[in-house]
Amino acid sequence: MPPRKVVTGLLLAAGSLAGSVLVRRRAARRQERIDLYANDGSMHSFGEGTVEADRLLPIAHELL
Amino acid sequence: MDAAQAIADLTEISPQVRKVVVIGSDGAPAGSNLADDGAVGRLADGARRLVEAAEALRPGVAQLEAATLAGSVFVVRDGERLIAATTTPEPTVGLVFYDLKTCLRAIEEAPPKPVRRRSPAKKNADDAAS
Repeated sequence: MPPRKVVTGLLLAAGSLAGSVLVRRRAARRQERIDLYANDGSMHSFGEGTVEADRLLPIAHELL
Repeated sequence: MDAAQAIADLTEISPQVRKVVVIGSDGAPAGSNLADDGAVGRLADGARRLVEAAEALRPGVAQLEAATLAGSVFVVRDGERLIAATTTPEPTVGLVFYDLKTCLRAIEEAPPKPVRRRSPAKKNADDAAS
């Protein structure tokens, strides 16, 4: 196979991968979640569907 | 700095922030950018409920963000005091937390009321009369 075609194929594959990562990151950011920051600097994140998020998100919805 | 001035500064430097309430160490709202007392009470009550629920899940919560598609709710604690704010969707989380902490620390706590003691002369006069 000619080297140009190999390079083109690799570039297309890398572009597709980067695009899918960006789309997935954006989709994840659109998900509702609760982030709890503790005094010791640790952080816990709870996405939709978890027990923690289901308890706190309804309160947040009331306030918005 | 008083609460109204600190909140005005906060909303000026952070346009993502919409509604703000500061809750004093006595649990009562100490300031807000909302004109309606009912709305202030609802925001303060909701912030307290968020912190209580978070504390029940993970003790030692210092601050929290509840992110929804309609916007986010932030609550930051400083000792017994709280500041809660709602923001536009997808805010710059670190900046909002920083601005809320700065606002809360800029607000001076009302000094505790001095305990009134009866002067010894008055006490003696009262004792002599009885």
